[in-house]
Amino acid sequence: MSQKERTLRILVAKPGLDGHDRGAKIIARALRDGGFEVIYTGLHQTPEMIVAAALQEDVDAVGLSIMSGAHMTLFPAVIDLLKAKGATDVTVFGGGIIPQDDVPRLKELGTAEVFLPGSTTQAIIDWIRGHVHPRQAA
Amino acid sequence: MAPHDGTTAGRVAAGDLRAAARLMRDLDDQAPSARETLRALFPRTGRAYVIGLTGAPGAGKSSLTDRLIAGYRRQGKTVGVVAVDPTSPFSGGAILGDRIRMQDHALDEGVFIRSMATRGNLGGLSRATADVVTVMDAMGKDVILVETVGVGQDEIEVASLAHTVVVVSVPGLGDDVQAIKAGVLEIADVFAVNKADREGADRTVRDLAMMLELRRSTATRPPADHDELHRFQAGEPWSPEDARFWEPPIVKTVATRDEGVADLAGAVEAHRAHLETTGMRAEREAGRARAAFVSLLRDRLLAGALARLAGEQGNLDEIAARIAARQADPYALAEELAARLRG
Repeated sequence: MSQKERTLRILVAKPGLDGHDRGAKIIARALRDGGFEVIYTGLHQTPEMIVAAALQEDVDAVGLSIMSGAHMTLFPAVIDLLKAKGATDVTVFGGGIIPQDDVPRLKELGTAEVFLPGSTTQAIIDWIRGHVHPRQAA
Repeated sequence: MAPHDGTTAGRVAAGDLRAAARLMRDLDDQAPSARETLRALFPRTGRAYVIGLTGAPGAGKSSLTDRLIAGYRRQGKTVGVVAVDPTSPFSGGAILGDRIRMQDHALDEGVFIRSMATRGNLGGLSRATADVVTVMDAMGKDVILVETVGVGQDEIEVASLAHTVVVVSVPGLGDDVQAIKAGVLEIADVFAVNKADREGADRTVRDLAMMLELRRSTATRPPADHDELHRFQAGEPWSPEDARFWEPPIVKTVATRDEGVADLAGAVEAHRAHLETTGMRAEREAGRARAAFVSLLRDRLLAGALARLAGEQGNLDEIAARIAARQADPYALAEELAARLRG
């Protein structure tokens, strides 16, 4: 299979105590319709659980859905843990209820993109297609 | 991690989780390097016990798998899990959601869970599932649970892969006529009637028991027999008097309440012991090896033939269009190419 044909594998998770999963499920379905394989891990994920799943599933990207306001803690927690495990090639992105003013800091911390309320699923799919690349075969 | 020689195979055998996960991806994507690594790992495989779980969508396969993992971990066994979900025929994407039911084991280093999409394969598994099971075997997993996509009646691929096949039913999915249809019900080594707290559970158990009773008189050996072209062939008849005869036990479970799961694990263990004492385990493994080898050979030969055809007659789409327009004869083309490849 040539490089451009490799199907992207994307983990979609809801970290923390937030119990609203409708947005994450909509994203998961949209990404499936975009042609990606979505590993959906659901609610109440700790950063450790997210990273363990990301490694076992060899995903290309992790999408975090955060409505709880805890994004400034949760994004860096996942990013730093991925780094600590040697998985620097996993792209971290996300969305939810996140103030626009927090986005630059999140990007400084290593978040590749943040999708604010009102983002279309097509915009997310297009961004992934443009910015997330499967790694080379070993 | 144990010391290793630096190769991917060495890393996988030494317990490098990331190397194993990446190898599984490369196998899924059919990277040529992955095949080489599998070759190097092959001598280390053959130890793990493989349990297949199949049944209709929503029967509770994932929940049962989750509870079985807990039981095996309490016994000190390490566990690999492959959970298969369907690829959308329209988009090529998939939602792989079985992990959700196995959260308790998310941080247990003795459990490795891998989700796979069918990617167009129709037998209930994906084409690379057997290879991924091989990697988990090489990693040293004691037990490997393979959960098929939610199946109907014909997806029996898991029977070629697993030592023990658990078919999961739920009450209320059909009357007793459904119970005697061929396909999935015939590959069961153990039946689980899950959600057994629902109305109709005893009826479902009776239906399955009746099916087994009817079958006793006409039973043939499990579908591990193939002709020389590797097509399924009915086995020889066998009777309950035969020492090798195995009647699948029917176990009621309520996975979400962890009820009946110990009995289910006990039934699986009884089957395993039966396979060992009768020598049938070695036969099943030979059957599995045969299935895997023929599949490998088929892929290689087909790839070679298509490459040759492309070189001589144009690409496959053009040939197909000519055949559809009755401007080319598919039988002659196939025969002639095969004859030339035979040399």
